[in-house]
Amino acid sequence: MSFSPYVPIVALFVLGALFALFSVSIAPIVGPKRYNRAKLDAYECGIEPTPQPVGGGRFPVKFYLTAMLFIVFDIETIFLYPWAVSFDALGLFGLVEMVLFIGTVFIAYAYVWRRGGLNWD
Amino acid sequence: MEDLKAPSIDYAAVAPILILFGAACLGVVVEAFVPRRARHAVQLTLALLATLAGLVVVITQASTRVTTAVGALAIDGPAVFLQGAILVLALVSLLLMGERKLEPGGAFVPQAAITVGSEADERQAARAPGLTEVYPISLFAIAGMLLFVAANDLLTMFIALEVFSLPLYLLCALARRRRLLSQEAALKYFLLGSYASAFFLFGVALVYGFVGAVDLASIHTAAAESDRDPLLLYAGLALLSIGLLFKTAAVPFHVWTPDVYQGAPTPVTAFMAACTKVAAFGALLRVLYVGFNGLSWDFTPILGVVAVLTMIIGAVLAVTQTDIKRLLAYSSIANAGYLLVGVLASGERGLASTMFYLVAYGFSVLAAFAVVTLVRDADGEAGHLSRWAGLGRRSPLIAGLFTFILLAFAGIPLTSGFISKFAVFAAAMEGGQTWLVIAGVISSIVLAFPYLRVVVMMWLSDPSDATPTVSVPGVLTTAALAIGVAMTLLLGVAPSLLLDLTTGAAEFVQ
Repeated sequence: MSFSPYVPIVALFVLGALFALFSVSIAPIVGPKRYNRAKLDAYECGIEPTPQPVGGGRFPVKFYLTAMLFIVFDIETIFLYPWAVSFDALGLFGLVEMVLFIGTVFIAYAYVWRRGGLNWD
Repeated sequence: MEDLKAPSIDYAAVAPILILFGAACLGVVVEAFVPRRARHAVQLTLALLATLAGLVVVITQASTRVTTAVGALAIDGPAVFLQGAILVLALVSLLLMGERKLEPGGAFVPQAAITVGSEADERQAARAPGLTEVYPISLFAIAGMLLFVAANDLLTMFIALEVFSLPLYLLCALARRRRLLSQEAALKYFLLGSYASAFFLFGVALVYGFVGAVDLASIHTAAAESDRDPLLLYAGLALLSIGLLFKTAAVPFHVWTPDVYQGAPTPVTAFMAACTKVAAFGALLRVLYVGFNGLSWDFTPILGVVAVLTMIIGAVLAVTQTDIKRLLAYSSIANAGYLLVGVLASGERGLASTMFYLVAYGFSVLAAFAVVTLVRDADGEAGHLSRWAGLGRRSPLIAGLFTFILLAFAGIPLTSGFISKFAVFAAAMEGGQTWLVIAGVISSIVLAFPYLRVVVMMWLSDPSDATPTVSVPGVLTTAALAIGVAMTLLLGVAPSLLLDLTTGAAEFVQ
């Protein structure tokens, strides 16, 4: 058994490791050092992680709802593309299946809509 | 372009699964469009009707023996029987979930997102009606279980596992009282459950590496005929078993059980103890009996050790419990051990006795948790065992029924518990697994102690001020309790009704 097909993979690993080592070791040397408050914060987007209000507090779930809704439609699109491409070959069975699938997605959508998931405030 | 051929699906055979999924989707629509006031009645009716309709269709399918959807589903004797069992037990669990007499608003939290202990939480705890989403969520779980016991290839089985697990994780978090405990239980169950699912999936990958397919018939053929090094197959089976044994709550994959059973709303605990057990053992039976039956010499000793550990540890730890729900959880672990004895008995007897045990235990455990929902004080259910002292003097009827169920768990004759234990032990003797039977009998003796301790406490202690009152059950809980107790008695007195059914159903198709 020849290992030659694996040589490029090993080379890629070596290159990757070298790049990481190089970047990490060179950054403190050449980078400018101007510290301020923001730079010492934890790198987070969205909700401020600290300080927490007493008792855990409430935090907005709007972003989360939007993201969930996005994923629902994202998955729908992922299924729609290959279905559209081979629509002719799939025929009536494919159409019925896709209508059922979109139906279930819309049920979830209707639920989010009626429960106020689409209101920002 | 060449026309793709649509897979042929035997719609009549899969109709119960489709009915439940359809009803679950309809439940979500109801949740969106029906006014809040009417939702509970509509949802409960819909859930009960769908489960009943599924059951009727399953009964009409009683003699179906086919594989369908390109071999992904096997609707055979065990599948139809276990689907029927899941639907009957789920029907009784739904009755418990629908009860709103015991506590204003029912056992479920009105708004799960409200911070525990905040002012809004105290307002909602008082009166607000509970979530009605629990019904569609339960229907999704039931549908997933129906799919799980019929799955004839490992990928379908994995999907079904997730379909019924995710709703269960959600349901665990929705208790109205002791919400932190409930949320903790759900998180533990979710984290450990997804860990177990990952084991299952990795096992599927390894088996695929050996066989080149995921359907159980190909696995069976490859295990028998292939002359390759079977290491991948063994490792795959081991990982698959971990995933399945987690759901059955077998030692050493049992640690989640007491916490989750205690934290989850009691109707949900009852649902898990009855239906999840049936589903998980159904899948385990199919994997071991159809896919890997050629390897039974190799896996029987290992799973035998798991069974012995499960029985002994479940029984011993049950002795030390002080909370009724934790006691029942450890009893459920020990019962998983007895069920494993039935699984390892192999052959038709083993299959039939395991299926009988699942149904008999399911009814008893539903009745037991129905009683737990009744014994309550101002803070909700009185879980601590010391509080049950003297209950027999206060409310002899409920204490009497609970005594009967505990005696059934302990395996006293004239109850279903005796017949089912006898059936699995007899099957194991016939299958040459005497060591399992010896361990089983010893652990049964140990396990009888905690049950009898509760009985003695209820009847021979004097009631104190701390003894909680037994709430007057609504019609739904009464029905659930009556069905559970009646079936426990009926299957103990006339077991042949169900034994004939299990024997007739005890053959897998490939």
